[in-house]
Amino acid sequence: MSGNIQLLSDTLAAARAEDRAALIAYLPAGFPTVEGGIEAVKAAFDGGADVVEVGLPHSDPVLDGPVIQTADDIALRGGVRIADVLRTVREAHQATGKPVLVMTYWNPVDRYGVARFAAELAQAGGAGCILPDLPVEESEAWRAAAGEHGLATVFVVAPSSRDERLARITAAGSGFVYAASLMGVTGTRASVGEQAADLVRRTKAGTDLPVCVGLGVSNAAQAAEVAGFADGVIVGSAFVKRLLDAAGDEAAGLAAVRALAAELAEGVRKRA
Amino acid sequence: MPAEHDFFLPDPEGLSPSAAGYFGAFGGKFIPEALVAAVDEVAAEYDKAKADPAFAAELNELQAHYTGRPSALTEVPRFAGHAGGARIFLKREDLNHTGSHKINNVLGQALLTKRMGKTRVIAETGAGQHGVATATACALFGLECTIYMGEVDTKRQALNVARMRMLGAEVVSVTSGSRTLKDAINEAFRDWVANVDRTHYLFGTVAGPHPFPALVRDFHRVIGVEARRQLLERTGRLPDAAVACVGGGSNAMGLFHAFLPDTGVRLVGCEPAGHGVATGEHAATLTAGEPGILHGSRSYVLQDDEGQITEPYSISAGLDYPGVGPEHAYLKDSGRAEYRAVTDDAAMQALLLLSRTEGIIPAIESAHALAGALELGRELGPEALLVVNLSGRGDKDMDTAARYFGLYDTDAQVAADSEDTADTAEIERDAT
Repeated sequence: MSGNIQLLSDTLAAARAEDRAALIAYLPAGFPTVEGGIEAVKAAFDGGADVVEVGLPHSDPVLDGPVIQTADDIALRGGVRIADVLRTVREAHQATGKPVLVMTYWNPVDRYGVARFAAELAQAGGAGCILPDLPVEESEAWRAAAGEHGLATVFVVAPSSRDERLARITAAGSGFVYAASLMGVTGTRASVGEQAADLVRRTKAGTDLPVCVGLGVSNAAQAAEVAGFADGVIVGSAFVKRLLDAAGDEAAGLAAVRALAAELAEGVRKRA
Repeated sequence: MPAEHDFFLPDPEGLSPSAAGYFGAFGGKFIPEALVAAVDEVAAEYDKAKADPAFAAELNELQAHYTGRPSALTEVPRFAGHAGGARIFLKREDLNHTGSHKINNVLGQALLTKRMGKTRVIAETGAGQHGVATATACALFGLECTIYMGEVDTKRQALNVARMRMLGAEVVSVTSGSRTLKDAINEAFRDWVANVDRTHYLFGTVAGPHPFPALVRDFHRVIGVEARRQLLERTGRLPDAAVACVGGGSNAMGLFHAFLPDTGVRLVGCEPAGHGVATGEHAATLTAGEPGILHGSRSYVLQDDEGQITEPYSISAGLDYPGVGPEHAYLKDSGRAEYRAVTDDAAMQALLLLSRTEGIIPAIESAHALAGALELGRELGPEALLVVNLSGRGDKDMDTAARYFGLYDTDAQVAADSEDTADTAEIERDAT
């Protein structure tokens, strides 16, 4: 069975056709529990997310701030396994028909087996993978497996990426390009980095892939601002924080995720 | 042949990693895109520095008159009496300014920091020796300094925390994960991503993304080059084995490297077995780990079947790390170096023995190498000649050692960690 890279591309194209940005939510699998995590992904879709990135928790999340670190820690202490992550992808995709990606660090994929992971992610209905600590130079084995199984390889670009690197990265990537709005780890910020618009412009100069912006976006106003120059708005920590704040009250957590998705979905349609 | 006042001795051609930073199957550069430009800048600046005689001259001057190089080579016959009669020489990196080998790398990278025009330095530290050396160099060069240290380590190495603060550094106690060296490195990387414009990450061991494994090793190569020359002068021959402790592996790589072409010299790394490798409470990465990616490079790591890094344990904060430098992984797989695991108890007995037979109190890290040398000496017999890297001095470890051996006068002072009292009393009797 082939993965859903085409569904991902079609979804982003449909948003563009509606003259709006796509809303991409991030939620870690296994948090607060495996079942709760699956419901949270469905709630994000239900509220208006177009795409969801399911986090595969890692013991050493070097690129994540305190919110996602805490969630990863809870998930790992709860015993989350890669099989649970794949089940989260499968059930969320089956329930909604929408594109679901996995975001994780390279070592879990490397250890699990690159070909095996790609095959099982595709089988689960996954659309692709984001591996932020796998630079393009080290990505050949993954890209070969992803290509074989119909999965997108979404690379991250940063404000520090020079134009010649942007060209090399976007040439190797597929699905979309993840533009980091600022130099830093995940987490909510008071304002979207000034560098984001420039990075999107420089990235788009060399590729037709959609360019979606993440890091630091947490509310509708920021989403509208980013939607003014990007093809998609990626929100992670703000969703995770809703679940952390509702600790113990699953229904309240899911309602908060749904409400945030709805608020952000409105934002991406406003285009500041 | 380098002159005696040459202390910057980068790797000769042919022993360098590939352009992509690989030693065989190990190494590479597994970093976020946000750090690629900064890491490439370090590599480019280091290449320029290597070709610049002014860089070598400045580092040589510092190493001679600030660090105090060359470091002594001390024969320890009373200690060696417990090693089957082998002759043992200690390479005295503990006598360097700041009390360990760490200063060699720190001075080199501090000069690179200045050349890159950066004004702030961050670093991780386990035992605090790299943190102290870094804080020292930052004081010397007027650089802003932030040191990340796991909370477990800030407690067991409190003296070094005070030293770093005395030197003007900010010390951040890291409370994520296992609250040890691994987590300090994670936090330093997070800082670096956010502040990379003006900040250099002064990485403290031969791990991390390319070019750090080769760069840090080059700054420490002087250890082995000096030891080799000193041994030839003193004994007229090469040692049968060069022995060093291995956490990340910087002091071991520094000692080993000059002996790589001397195939008759066994290179023996001593990893921390903690409570015993079989107990699972250890940090013996090369002994019990498997290939994986941690902190920017592929090497051996302690991990579970799904690539989650497992929490290491060692009585020694400086060796309490679930990864190891990629060149060590390469030397292990190629068979050129060998690695054995030394328990907490064996290391502590060696610490006590060196203190009481030679009047030298080693760091607990270095005591792992001493324990390995005792074992190796007994295996090799009385004709053997060993050189051991005494990578650091034990002042910082006096609280841990005093509790371990029951050296405090009052019960109150040992109450906090006294569950092992019976065991430690027994060990003390054995060792004396």
